[in-house]
Amino acid sequence: MTDTPLLQMTGIVKQFPGVRALDGVDLDVRAGEVHCLLGQNGAGKSTLIKVLSGFHQPDEGTITWDGQDAAFSTPAKAIEHGVATIYQELDLVPHLDVTENVFLGHEVSRAGFSQRSRAREMARALLARLGHAEIPVTRVVGDLSPANQQIVSMARALSHDTRLLVLDEPSAVLDQQEVANLFRVIRSLTAEGVAVVYISHRLEEIRQIGDRITVLKDGRTVATGLAVADTPTAELIRLMTGRSIEYVFPPRPETPRDQGEPVLEVRDLSLAGVFTGVDLTVHAGEIVGLAGLVGAGRSEILETLYGARRASTGTVAVDGKRLRRGSVTSSVQAGVGLAPEERKSQGLLLDEAVYRNITMSSMARFARFGFLDRGQERKRAEELTTSLDVRPTGVTRAVRTLSGGNQQKVVLARWLLRDCRVLLLDEPTRGVDVGARSEIYQLVRSLADRGVAVVVVSSEIEEVLGLADRVLVVREGEVVHESASTDIDEAKVLDLVMEERVPA
Amino acid sequence: MSQDSVRVEKEALETEREPNPVLALLRTSVGRNAGLVVALLLICLVGAITAGSRFTDWDNAMTILRLAAVVGVVSIGMTFVIIGGGIDLSVGAIVALSSVWCTTVATQELAQDIHWLWMVAVALLVGSACGLINGLLIAYGNIVPFIMTLAMLASARGLAEIISDKKTQIVSVEGFDDFFNRDILGIDVQVWLFALVSVAGWILLNRTTFGRRTVAVGGNPEAARLAGINVKRQTVYLYVLIGFCCGIAALMLVAKTTTGSSTHGSLLELDTIAAVVIGGTLLTGGRGTIVGTVLGVLIFSSITNIFILNNRSFSEQSLFKGAIIVAAVLLQQRLASRNSTT
Ligand SMILES: Nc1ncnc2c1ncn2[C@@H]1O[C@H](COP(=O)(O)OP(=O)(O)OP(=O)(O)O)[C@@H](O)[C@H]1O
Ligand SMILES: [Mg+2]
Repeated sequence: MTDTPLLQMTGIVKQFPGVRALDGVDLDVRAGEVHCLLGQNGAGKSTLIKVLSGFHQPDEGTITWDGQDAAFSTPAKAIEHGVATIYQELDLVPHLDVTENVFLGHEVSRAGFSQRSRAREMARALLARLGHAEIPVTRVVGDLSPANQQIVSMARALSHDTRLLVLDEPSAVLDQQEVANLFRVIRSLTAEGVAVVYISHRLEEIRQIGDRITVLKDGRTVATGLAVADTPTAELIRLMTGRSIEYVFPPRPETPRDQGEPVLEVRDLSLAGVFTGVDLTVHAGEIVGLAGLVGAGRSEILETLYGARRASTGTVAVDGKRLRRGSVTSSVQAGVGLAPEERKSQGLLLDEAVYRNITMSSMARFARFGFLDRGQERKRAEELTTSLDVRPTGVTRAVRTLSGGNQQKVVLARWLLRDCRVLLLDEPTRGVDVGARSEIYQLVRSLADRGVAVVVVSSEIEEVLGLADRVLVVREGEVVHESASTDIDEAKVLDLVMEERVPA
Repeated sequence: MSQDSVRVEKEALETEREPNPVLALLRTSVGRNAGLVVALLLICLVGAITAGSRFTDWDNAMTILRLAAVVGVVSIGMTFVIIGGGIDLSVGAIVALSSVWCTTVATQELAQDIHWLWMVAVALLVGSACGLINGLLIAYGNIVPFIMTLAMLASARGLAEIISDKKTQIVSVEGFDDFFNRDILGIDVQVWLFALVSVAGWILLNRTTFGRRTVAVGGNPEAARLAGINVKRQTVYLYVLIGFCCGIAALMLVAKTTTGSSTHGSLLELDTIAAVVIGGTLLTGGRGTIVGTVLGVLIFSSITNIFILNNRSFSEQSLFKGAIIVAAVLLQQRLASRNSTT
């Protein structure tokens, strides 16, 4: 590790219509270090790295790369100089295969003819280096899980001669095991002298992998070059939010809720090839958590019981009434709501206003004879965005102009607004900052207190255990354990999730 | 296919070079519509210069509006279908079929006995029924809109030819002609109808759940479905809506020509899709405005009018219109690709 910075950004300013996303940001990164970028949702982290990667042009400020003045005018230029970026929103082409995606823009060719078999060899080698040799290089990327798509993105970054790797919330789509694998890859890269810029809202990750920290707040640098080892977490939270937050889960009700009337009853639900024989009962006011690895089938369970996928066997009933198989309409009529995992593709109308995205599932409530009361819509949307701290405020701006975490809050707000009997939440806090997280937990708990039956899927075991009353552990499409969340701890869940056989 | 998407991907990565204020303005829908108004004014200027008072007088303005009315009514329906992520190539054929069906001897005799409104009902029913067939097969049969409506284009016109035996059918029902060719406040009923349909369309798109659902279904069908919107049913409604508009257009054409004919409405799909695209509605769905479409229709009919006043041939007209469509789409793509950052 040397002390002369590989990259130095000074006084960077970036103005968007109506928002000053960056207002004089400084960042210096040394070769061989992992530099963490922290900040609340909308602080400007993604914008900063997009300026670095040539995706945005800064309005003011200087960038020095390897001792020379350099502002990359296009992403291609940045890549040429060895800056590889993995964006928060994956930018793969879904209907191309893995190899084609890895070598997108710099196809392996000789005399103008592409050398497909050699490209596949090279792609395989890259995936192996990332610890994922099992991903088939001829598979269409759209068919891969989000976690595996992330790996393909990494392979693409490494297919260039990389000196700086920028990772914007890479762990959001990963489970603990995969995060560990990611860290292994990052360590081997830094050992070779590659610098890494790492963005995450999970502070415990910063502890594990980070060397130094830069904190952004409202487009400004509030601290830079902090050594990870000497900075307590409470201090980081204070720097990010300007206040101190006790990162706690809301208290559980005194009397357990699993005695009341059952609201959601799932019997022997299966989806061929994905999961089998799921039995699940959720009572009014109860929060049930599904823990497990990414790809264990948790999202598929939610989607199937919502009717978005057609179950191969089994029944789902709400308040004793059976739902039609494979019919979202029937579920929605029965009062079931699903906040999906993939906000961009499954959740949002990016060009539409925030309030329209929020009221999308409860339009009937704001309509008389089909005519919408837009004033009322905006008012309710404003209440929700305020309590979830969506920034910048203003419910008429297009969702596209919000930061990733704030977009996530908009999807969540849609389902908090709708009066559901059963609420299915798939990764509700993915990409959401520390402050808004506890707010979301409170809201979910207060919904449960009003009698809603809630099912939560999360890759963060701590979250499942902290929020839910009862936990189901899912492994390879089977429920392998069920208990009250107070009767099990994180280590036990991890064991269950990883192990081949469950000890009785 | 894969080549294309690679290019698209590269473009998406290279966005945001020079922030051009004009392009930035054109990216908002209000700005776009302002741009269209400017274009329309420029075209009128050209008309005034080349054809003088023959272009600028009141009668000619009426002529332009009357020219716009039939295309306009169908274009409003087309705007909904395209925003909803579909396309309808069969509009011309549906207009022909409706016009023929509502002017058969049997229909006219009944209309003579009951009321001329019977003809109106038949035209609207036939149009809506064709739309219903399109919609059901697209939504529940999973047939691509392009193919389904192409098939309807062939079949509906074929049926119109069979029913009419390829003869023009003259309207003899009393009251029908009088109503549709009347003036109200010095303005043709047909123009009033266009205005009425436009206003109704604007309200439907911007103020109702129907409009909101249309945008959702076209903008992100998966999100709409997961949000609990019945995407298939909405799709059916959209094609019924455009079928209904075709029924209105058929009545207007029948009244104008006092005939029903299997040749009515030829190339109507071209004119309407062109007007909608020029009006700034994205062909990929999810975004578009009624005001833009109305302006697009007016631009087209003004151009036609100017060509006629200057004794230019129909072929020259077509050539010029083609060029305009390409220019509009190029501009649209430029705007769209710049929009896809974040
Ligand atoms: N294309 C855009 N147009 C307008 N405003 C934008 C655009 N992109 C980002 N912004 C605004 O810039 C600010 C910074 O956003 P940015 O995406 O950098 O936040 P972030 O720190 O990455 O947040 P998160 O943790 O939620 O990902 C936000 O207020 C956002 O609304
Ligand atoms: Mg971000």
